[in-house]
Amino acid sequence: MRLTAAHQSLAFSRRMLLVGGAQVALGGLLIGRLAYLSVSQNEHYRLLAEDNRVQLIIVPPRRGWIVDRNNRPIAINRSDFRIDLIPEQVEDPKRTLQVLAKLLDLGADEVDRIIREMKAARGYKPVQVAENVPYERYAAVTVRLPELPGVQPMRGFSRFYPAGPAVGHLVGYVGAASAAEYEKEKNPLLITPGFKIGKEGLEETLEQRLRGTPGGQRVELTARGKLVRELEPKPDRSGATVKLAIDAQLQEFAARRLGEESGSCVILDCLTGDILAMVSMPAYDPNSFSDGIGRTEWRMLSEDPRKPLLNKVLNSLYPPGSTIKPMGAMALQLHGVDPTERVFCPGGYRLGNRFFRCLGRHGSVDMRRAIAKSCNTYFYSMGHRIGYDRIAPMARTLGLGQKFDLPVVSQSFGTVPDSAWKARRFKDSPRLIERPDWTASDTLNASIGQGFLIVNPLQLAVMAGRIASGRDIQPRLLGAHREPAPLIGLDPKHLETVRGGMWEVVNGDGTAGASRLPLDGIEMCGKTGTAQVRRIAGGQRGQSGDWRYRDHGLFVFFAPFANPRYAGAVVIEHGLGGARAAAPVAKDVLTFLYDRDKAMASLSALEQQWGGTLAERTARRGQAIEAAAAAAARSA
Amino acid sequence: MIFSAIIPQPLARLPWRLIFLVAGIAGIGIITLYSAAGGSSQPWALKQGLTILFFMTLAVGMSWIREETIRALVFPAYGAIVLMLIAVDAMGFVGKGAQRWLDLGFIRLQPSEFMKPAIVLVLARFYELLPAGSIRQWRAIWPAALMIGVPWFLILVQPDLGTATMVLLSGLTVMFLAGLPMWLFLGGAGLVAAALPIVYAMMHEYQRKRVLIFLDPESDPLGAGYHITQSKIAIGSGGIWGKGYLQGSQSHLDYLPEGHTDFVFATMVEEWGLVGGVLLILAFGLVVRWGMKVAANCRTRFGQLSAAGLTVTIFFYVTINLMMVMGLAPVVGVPLPLVSWGGSAVMTIMICLGILMALERQQRTRNTLT
Repeated sequence: MRLTAAHQSLAFSRRMLLVGGAQVALGGLLIGRLAYLSVSQNEHYRLLAEDNRVQLIIVPPRRGWIVDRNNRPIAINRSDFRIDLIPEQVEDPKRTLQVLAKLLDLGADEVDRIIREMKAARGYKPVQVAENVPYERYAAVTVRLPELPGVQPMRGFSRFYPAGPAVGHLVGYVGAASAAEYEKEKNPLLITPGFKIGKEGLEETLEQRLRGTPGGQRVELTARGKLVRELEPKPDRSGATVKLAIDAQLQEFAARRLGEESGSCVILDCLTGDILAMVSMPAYDPNSFSDGIGRTEWRMLSEDPRKPLLNKVLNSLYPPGSTIKPMGAMALQLHGVDPTERVFCPGGYRLGNRFFRCLGRHGSVDMRRAIAKSCNTYFYSMGHRIGYDRIAPMARTLGLGQKFDLPVVSQSFGTVPDSAWKARRFKDSPRLIERPDWTASDTLNASIGQGFLIVNPLQLAVMAGRIASGRDIQPRLLGAHREPAPLIGLDPKHLETVRGGMWEVVNGDGTAGASRLPLDGIEMCGKTGTAQVRRIAGGQRGQSGDWRYRDHGLFVFFAPFANPRYAGAVVIEHGLGGARAAAPVAKDVLTFLYDRDKAMASLSALEQQWGGTLAERTARRGQAIEAAAAAAARSA
Repeated sequence: MIFSAIIPQPLARLPWRLIFLVAGIAGIGIITLYSAAGGSSQPWALKQGLTILFFMTLAVGMSWIREETIRALVFPAYGAIVLMLIAVDAMGFVGKGAQRWLDLGFIRLQPSEFMKPAIVLVLARFYELLPAGSIRQWRAIWPAALMIGVPWFLILVQPDLGTATMVLLSGLTVMFLAGLPMWLFLGGAGLVAAALPIVYAMMHEYQRKRVLIFLDPESDPLGAGYHITQSKIAIGSGGIWGKGYLQGSQSHLDYLPEGHTDFVFATMVEEWGLVGGVLLILAFGLVVRWGMKVAANCRTRFGQLSAAGLTVTIFFYVTINLMMVMGLAPVVGVPLPLVSWGGSAVMTIMICLGILMALERQQRTRNTLT
């Protein structure tokens, strides 16, 4: 075919149509895309534009209070002064820092940190210069503000625990978030100057409730971080107030009463399970931790043989000793032992060719007397009769070996041994004395609270509480409760026998006769215990010699006998014996619940011997630490 | 007409509809530049107005040039521009850096800009000279391919991917309109699709990055994807009616980079919304429709092909820029003609419009003669 100019013109027109069509299609695509972006995606992009435009200078929310069951403060906020710096606004960083270092007495380390943080800061984010600034220094900075652009004096808040060490292990402390904690949560609030998070105890476990929602100054910023204008500030919401089951005054009294001993004290409401006091002493002062603890103080705390960093209520395990004899008596009755049946105690019990000692020669004893006099022979022989596999379930029913549902960072729950446990534990043990099979001597040791059985003081208190009320109480830390717990299903007659034995311990001629309550009509019942720290070697029974090897003294108790309301446990480490070290503490703490003046009088007499009240001794210790830190700084 | 009695005939004969359209687009541009400067005629709006006025006058002046004159000048002009491109590349090679400008002392020329209309005109002339019967032969293809390929390569190595792409697309459109066999274009498109990986391998690192980020801008929202991301935020946040004049936060707080040059459309749409954007696109559409009509009405083959080609050049200019700012094409550095700040694009567009007006005037004068 020959192509002519006419063909060509026709072809041009056709192709023009195609090109024109393509142009219309592309134009339609452009308008469609524009409509898609600005109409259907409008919401999304408007948010992004707003995100670009508006930034929040975070103001940390006020941390929620922690109060006791009567709304008395346990952890509150105290206003303090702080100085921040907004790098963007600083005109002469070098001179500004020089002036601030002089006015606030900053060390070289601090100045280095500020320079580092100023370099890393982006946009409008403030950098902390100093917190907890004394008013005179704060005022000195404030008057020089006109020549220090970018310096921001602020009112801040620091955590304050009025009872100091008395609540240290209970509530823990707060501190600035670490890099790891920020990585985990990625919340910009965590790296805001002045913001603290819970680091231990309730402060840590209740963090989300106590934290609150940050507010702040909303500002319009350019892409380069220049401030354009300030917008409506966003109000912050402070954290929720958390009410504890704790009675703050009782808690503080118990802490003071423990004095210089290394030990713990738990008081429960034996009807509801509310924990009224949970004290571990000695304790660190959470106030000094919350301000940031010095290296010297940390070293002194971690090297102290009385372990002030350890919460002995939850994380120390002890052989309960004779304190579990009431529990044993419950198991014996459940398995058919008649409480009136008598056992003759010649000062011990013979099993094969071994002789298991009793603490005395008690002659013929029934169950009540056996509890009152803490007769080992009775529990050896009866325990041997029914076997420990029948006693262990009762131990568990009464709370031993149990892990409680509590807002705590950790709890060690110990061991209630039985034959199945031992088979598991020593399955591959080649040693002759730690065989996987349960032996009669294992039963004998466990029957008097030694051997494999280990528990924590809270479990002992729960055990006393469940025996006292016959109710299945669960220890509770949060909120004050009125409803009694349901009955645990133990025979009231059995309970009566055991309570009677525990009454005789204190009010009869029992082991703790010296600790009768100095009150009319209110009687304490209890059971003493002594836990060996090391095996009996030679003549030494852990009753003398080096402090570290002395026996632990334990005491479980409840009161009043007629209508039990309170139950608890006291453990005094290396206190030699329950009657001698632990029961007097229980006596004073219970007295405090009924007659505060009387209890305070006996406490002040004791505190005079120890060299001042807890607050005075804490202050003195703080001074000693400061002096040691200063000495360390000088020699470095 | 009453006007024809009052207004002198040479003025009355100007294509006023087009001039009003162009003035309207330029007006939108100047208003936007005023806003982009934070509500000030300095440093952009005033200067841009003067530039447009100058080139507009030039274009109107060009409309009196006769088609024969243009025809005669096409080859020499094309040759001169290729020589200038070589000179620019050579200087860039010596100076070891990107080079797009030719500094003549009193003026700085960007030869690649002139190449955009020149490639269209030279191809139109070539196909006019080619006998009608040869259009399906090999000799209809290779000279045209060479005429496109040489400047395309010279511009690409400057490196200026945006301009090179436009030269290529305008040239190909003229070839398409000239009536080259359809299979050539379909096959070519297939080949390009197959060759894309090889082209990608040869690209500069910054170009490669732009392509990757075009495909996934959110992969680097603070780095090289920042432009596209922020541009989409500006356009999307405007909504139907926009945030109001001088109220655009993206442009005023500097979140939108290049808000007065390549991304001026985003600045405009943020404040004027979908309505403003569609109006601007329609205005450009009317300009393109006018150009296509001129092409359709031309009697000569040179007139047809060059009018269509120049219109397509304007079309590509606008379309590539808009696709770029709305995230439909990679960021290749093509400004929005008559709206973006800068003289080069205005000059190119005005040259195209001047020639189109010349072609249109001759249609009318002949019409009135017959």
